Amino acid sequence: MLLPVSRVVTRGSVRRGGSLFRSFASASTSDSVNYTLPNTSFKTYECDPPSLEIEVKKNDALEMYKNMVLIRRMETTADNLYKMKMIRGFCHLCTGQEAVGVGMEAAITREDAIITAYRCHGYTLLRGGTVHQILAELMGRSTGISKGKGGSMHMFAKNFYGGNGIVPVGAGIAFTQKYLGVNNATFIMYGDGAANQGQVFEAFNMAKLWELPAIFVCENNLYGMGTSAARSSANTQYYTRGQYIPGIQVNGMDVLAVKHSCAWAKEWTSSGKGPLVMEMVTYRYGGHSMSDPGTTYRTREEIQHMRSTNDPITGLRLRILEFGFATETDLKNYEKEARTIVDEAVAKAQKDPLPDESEIWTDIYFKGTEPDVIRGREREEIGVLH
Amino acid sequence: MQTLRFHSLFLRNFTKTYYKPKFGNYNIHKNFFHATRSTSDATGTPPPAEGFMTEVTQSKFIKNTREEALKNPELADTNVSNGDTKQMNMFQSINDAMRIALDTDDTAVIFGEDVAFGGVFRCTLGLAEMFGRDRVFNTPLSEQGIAGFGIGMAAMGHTAIAEIQFADYIFPAFDQLVNEAAKYRYRSGGIFDVGGLTVRSPCSAVGHGGHYHSQTPEGYFAHTPGLKVVMPRSPIQAKGLLLASIRDRNPVIFFEPKILYRAAVEQVPIGDYELPLSKAEILKAGKDVTIVGYGSQIYILERAIQIAEKNIPGLSCELIDLRTILPWDVDTVAESVNKTGRLVISHEASQTSGFSAEVSTSIMERCFLRLEAPIQRVCGWDTPFPLIFEKFYLPDAIRCFDAIKEVVEY
Repeated sequence: MLLPVSRVVTRGSVRRGGSLFRSFASASTSDSVNYTLPNTSFKTYECDPPSLEIEVKKNDALEMYKNMVLIRRMETTADNLYKMKMIRGFCHLCTGQEAVGVGMEAAITREDAIITAYRCHGYTLLRGGTVHQILAELMGRSTGISKGKGGSMHMFAKNFYGGNGIVPVGAGIAFTQKYLGVNNATFIMYGDGAANQGQVFEAFNMAKLWELPAIFVCENNLYGMGTSAARSSANTQYYTRGQYIPGIQVNGMDVLAVKHSCAWAKEWTSSGKGPLVMEMVTYRYGGHSMSDPGTTYRTREEIQHMRSTNDPITGLRLRILEFGFATETDLKNYEKEARTIVDEAVAKAQKDPLPDESEIWTDIYFKGTEPDVIRGREREEIGVLH
Repeated sequence: MQTLRFHSLFLRNFTKTYYKPKFGNYNIHKNFFHATRSTSDATGTPPPAEGFMTEVTQSKFIKNTREEALKNPELADTNVSNGDTKQMNMFQSINDAMRIALDTDDTAVIFGEDVAFGGVFRCTLGLAEMFGRDRVFNTPLSEQGIAGFGIGMAAMGHTAIAEIQFADYIFPAFDQLVNEAAKYRYRSGGIFDVGGLTVRSPCSAVGHGGHYHSQTPEGYFAHTPGLKVVMPRSPIQAKGLLLASIRDRNPVIFFEPKILYRAAVEQVPIGDYELPLSKAEILKAGKDVTIVGYGSQIYILERAIQIAEKNIPGLSCELIDLRTILPWDVDTVAESVNKTGRLVISHEASQTSGFSAEVSTSIMERCFLRLEAPIQRVCGWDTPFPLIFEKFYLPDAIRCFDAIKEVVEY
């Protein structure tokens, strides 16, 4: 589903593209181009689709490219660290799904809220976490974003309510935004697997009943753990599942389509139209978690096919070259930079200390209101020590 | 004092050794959760016992030969007493139990997340092929739905064997299990029941499971009249207790300590047999201290007893595996404590309001005048199950030994 670059409408000095694989000698000086998204980018339910005509700004495109490359590098490194037993716990990687988070973040502001499921490393980075904080968290270091106490599924940042189990709890966050009268939205992420949890429909009802600025985003990577969407869901058109909430399906492998649709969604809630259901059709290259090789319930050919024809990074790369925003050399340099950032973060995290042992008893209750006795906290409880 | 040094050394070395690939008893096998890594035939020869819980492989309670396995008096009256055995690990023996359950009961079906291709722990491997996908099938990721669905089936008199992929995710199903399953018979005055419902779920620590893949929630369910709660310690036990649970005419929650799936390997009778529910088993007779546990904690307690009996000359400990947590076998424990006068109880879940509190109180009521020392509970600390601090949290052999020493020296 690579996007037809011949649809590019040029502006300024950008030349119309020729071959997909043509390399450019030098980057264009143009700061933006107008572009028409493929008409397969969106499908809607009970609403009109967003326009396919978009403006792509050079800085935005390059920023998104850098973010996707950095996330992929970080996840690949996490994969290796897990295999080296430097990372413990469960570990869910987003390799292949980078465009969803990156496109979304590019369309909204840091004042908008995101709450997501377990596959949260990329979002944490986009919401202000650093590669070092994330890898340190994965490695259980005190410098991690949750002080090393959370691990893979438990990362949080400002207006990023973390990786959560099973079900979105974002309706409450969206209600608070409405209550405070701020013009922000909450993007509530869940997978196609969690889409069948009853709580999702409970949240739909409340969001519509109270017309909350809640944008439910089903990240449909086609497999809920080891079961394909078709074998788990009576209706795999997740964007239609809000019934009384309008929906949009987006090509989640195309970061430009994601960005454009998220901006449109934000506009939707801002204009007081209430909640929206989005479905980002995407694909994870790896297993559900590190414990799952990801090949028992789908073929290697399928994964290879998705990688070679739908990869979000390759897709954006070709268009950046086509638009003349950067040269092959520039893009290679970004990849090198990403590698350096990640390598340095790993080296630093490896040297970082583990959390202090006293941290086992902190953060259970609000500071100052802890019960007098938390069993295990007093050395005296361990008889052999006295 | 030798023990003092031992423990301090342990604490001091914790940070240094935690990340080394081979650390004490929790040498995590890189493929522990891997779905593809197993024999193609679920009941074929198991992979060798893996060393992430050395207490199990070294345990005297593991039956390595046919003779040892069949010596069990509980098997004497069954039709496997003279039969063959086969080497199986715990996921294979559970698989074998379910195969027999489906083979002997046309109304029995198995369902849960990913069970049709064998389940993430391989417990249902090959069953879909053997019995068809209308009897072994995947459900959506919907724990409340799975439980409710099973309750509906069981209310029709069928046998529903549901799997919740991890005990940590049983909580969305809590309402269905506690309010519907447990009370169905009572609130319908006996017109309906869900006796055919069995919910299997992997539980407990594995060394690196973190907050959401390590918990042991037996205590919540043990507070629910109408349910039965069972936790086996080994392949032979798992097969017999699971068959008994499936056939028991009450809803049963069957927790499987996931570390034992591959770590515990025994010669398991190949035939159809049941082990009694609500019957504790005295694993080791002794006269001075009664020690009570269940599931994988049994092996930690075995190790603690070894340390204690070595360090305290003449000491003799009695070890009891509860096996069924609700309704539990008070008589066996009370009888033992009346003999020993001392009781230590241990489980992985947090101490406050843990099941050990129930054991402790009941025994205090029954054996008050016989007690020589305050009853000791050795449990997880009162924190969320930690990732990085798992070794601190768990009631390890040293802490269990410490409690034994405490009751002996009181």
